[in-house]
Amino acid sequence: MAERKITRREALRAAGALAGASVLTKFGVRLLSASVPNDTVEAAAGPRAPLRIGFQVHRTGIGAVYGRWYERVGNAALRLINEQGGIAGRPVQIIVEDDGTDPKRGVEVVEKFVNQHRVDFIFGTLFSHVVIAAAPRAGELKVPYLVVSEGYHVASGKLNRYVFQPGITDVRAQVTAVAPWIVKHLGKRATLIFPDYAFGHDHRDFFSARLRALGGEVAALVPIPPTETSFTRYFARVPRNTDFIYHVMVGPGVLTFVKELGEHFGARKPKLFGFIDSLEGVDIATPGLEYLEGSFLWEAFPRYTGNVKTAFEQQYRDRVGVDANGASKADPKDVSTYSHMFGVWETLFVIKRAVEESGYASRTPADYRKFITTLEGFTSFPESLQHPQGPKRFNGKLHQVFGHQFISQVRNKRLVVVHRTAIEDGLYPPEGDYTKMPL
Amino acid sequence: MTPAGQAVLALLEGVVSGLVLALTALGLSLVFGVMRVVNVAHGDFFMLGAVFAWYVTTATGSFPLALLAAPLAAAAVAVAADRLVLRPIGYAPEPTIVATIGLLYVLQQAVLSVYGPYARPVPEPVAFRVDLPWFGYSGYKLVVAAAAAALLGAAWLLITRTRLGLYMRATQQDREIAQAFGVPVQRVYAAAFGLGAALAALAGVLIVPIRQAHYLMGLDALLLSFMAVIIGGIGSLGGTLAAALFIGLVDGALSVFFSPTLARIAASLVVVAVLVARSGGLREVRG
Repeated sequence: MAERKITRREALRAAGALAGASVLTKFGVRLLSASVPNDTVEAAAGPRAPLRIGFQVHRTGIGAVYGRWYERVGNAALRLINEQGGIAGRPVQIIVEDDGTDPKRGVEVVEKFVNQHRVDFIFGTLFSHVVIAAAPRAGELKVPYLVVSEGYHVASGKLNRYVFQPGITDVRAQVTAVAPWIVKHLGKRATLIFPDYAFGHDHRDFFSARLRALGGEVAALVPIPPTETSFTRYFARVPRNTDFIYHVMVGPGVLTFVKELGEHFGARKPKLFGFIDSLEGVDIATPGLEYLEGSFLWEAFPRYTGNVKTAFEQQYRDRVGVDANGASKADPKDVSTYSHMFGVWETLFVIKRAVEESGYASRTPADYRKFITTLEGFTSFPESLQHPQGPKRFNGKLHQVFGHQFISQVRNKRLVVVHRTAIEDGLYPPEGDYTKMPL
Repeated sequence: MTPAGQAVLALLEGVVSGLVLALTALGLSLVFGVMRVVNVAHGDFFMLGAVFAWYVTTATGSFPLALLAAPLAAAAVAVAADRLVLRPIGYAPEPTIVATIGLLYVLQQAVLSVYGPYARPVPEPVAFRVDLPWFGYSGYKLVVAAAAAALLGAAWLLITRTRLGLYMRATQQDREIAQAFGVPVQRVYAAAFGLGAALAALAGVLIVPIRQAHYLMGLDALLLSFMAVIIGGIGSLGGTLAAALFIGLVDGALSVFFSPTLARIAASLVVVAVLVARSGGLREVRG
């Protein structure tokens, strides 16, 4: 072989081109099953044309950990759906757009899906500030918008007829369901530490109300600004006579939070009840989290195997590529957002069922009406491979689903389920009725 | 907790965050003073320091090595950026702002692609807990404060006692005359940009065992550094140091006794007041 020297300049140019290309594929729009080019879709619209579903993902920004796993679960569910013959006999395409976990960009993404990608439905949005910003636009554009957000905003009745949350239980129901167990086992005087925006306010309002109804009281409320990076200063506000600290945190600060909690309280350790939201994407065995040992956490879907004994759970886990500790099979350091991402899977199968039962065929007002009224008519989803987290009850007036919740204890740096709530435990008096709104 | 305990907590938190902020802000101030470049990507050199520290400690388990290697790597990135981005556009004020905004996104997205969206921890090199009568406090935070103070002292000596420091100060006062006197301005620029990045990265390495490395951590650092530089007087190193400590203490005190949002509002109001009263900052340096 003839020897040829590569000059430094050539090497740099090649490296630059490679880097550029990888950035483009990483952040550009990707068609997950790009069998049909964009411009032929409209022409080919017919019974065999692919169903196009827009997937709004937090690929970048503060929600990127969740976004990464939502996308993996979406891909896994899509593979299963297409293996099983698609939806109503049509192949399915998912079109991914990154919203940067940014409300303004979220609105633009919804517009892009409708006007440019011409999708049939949009789903997958998580962070509450993005949902609250983007949902009204979806309503104006009259496209079904199915979120996997767990915020109370859907069930509050304050959004619109086109917004649904059929894959994950909302915060109010979660809190309502776990509160009796907390009061019984941890005590009656709580200090609440929560992020100072909509999601945290849901926790503050609904847990405080539920605690009082159960005969408990709130010792102190400690809101934390979402950009905070150090928490020591807040612990000064935890009163001495607190029975337990109820903490719910989101974002990269949680390890700091736990470590500083340990440094601050030391041996005078308060009892702790937290929400797994703080630790999604974080290994429970991470150095610095030792202080959580023995404390309790809410989970929507237990991360470690051996806690839920159904065949569907294991099949779901295998199909998504998650190991027995809730991490990626490819990289045990890449921990999943197990208590949220199942909602993406279940939502896609709800879309499938609603399309098939309604006879939805194309992006016409009449077909959308059929799709929405059919979805509103659903009352339950049985436990199945389509709904591996467990059976669910659906309230068509609230556009919200209700499922079982789990309380787990940190034991030997793993999570062990100690209690599973009933679906009825989470129900609350409804505040809205979307079916009375115009379509 | 008693008011005395709260006051001690406020003081500790204020001094620690103030000293770390001073290190970051000093780099920003240096770059602006010497090069007249508003480096919007400065916070991301802080982030790079933290991320490189994670790689080095994960690979070798040595925190001191990270303390050495991460700032050098960040400085190398900065020198490359100076050579490839800033020099070709001639350091013109508006284009450099736009270019460094671009640099900010390039750095962030590169880290997101390679390192990922996760917040990853680095173990503390020294872990002990100081038990005070009112509460316990992280011993490592006190070590960070001491290390930051020592590094600030070293940076000060570098700027006031070495030939490179002399060149930098000369370039800051008058670029053309300095050049006429044989100061290699182009190399001084590269050195200043590299040193500024290294200082931010050092702060990042020190902070990462407390906060974890995350690809968006540079934004907050950037904002606070700008505040410190504006209050302290653009290009004035002593003023920047004083302002950073001031912001840290105000932030610590207000957020312990009142709310952290209020603390940030107060710091922003001080920036506005300083700009209204003395448009050049508390210690104006005439270039």
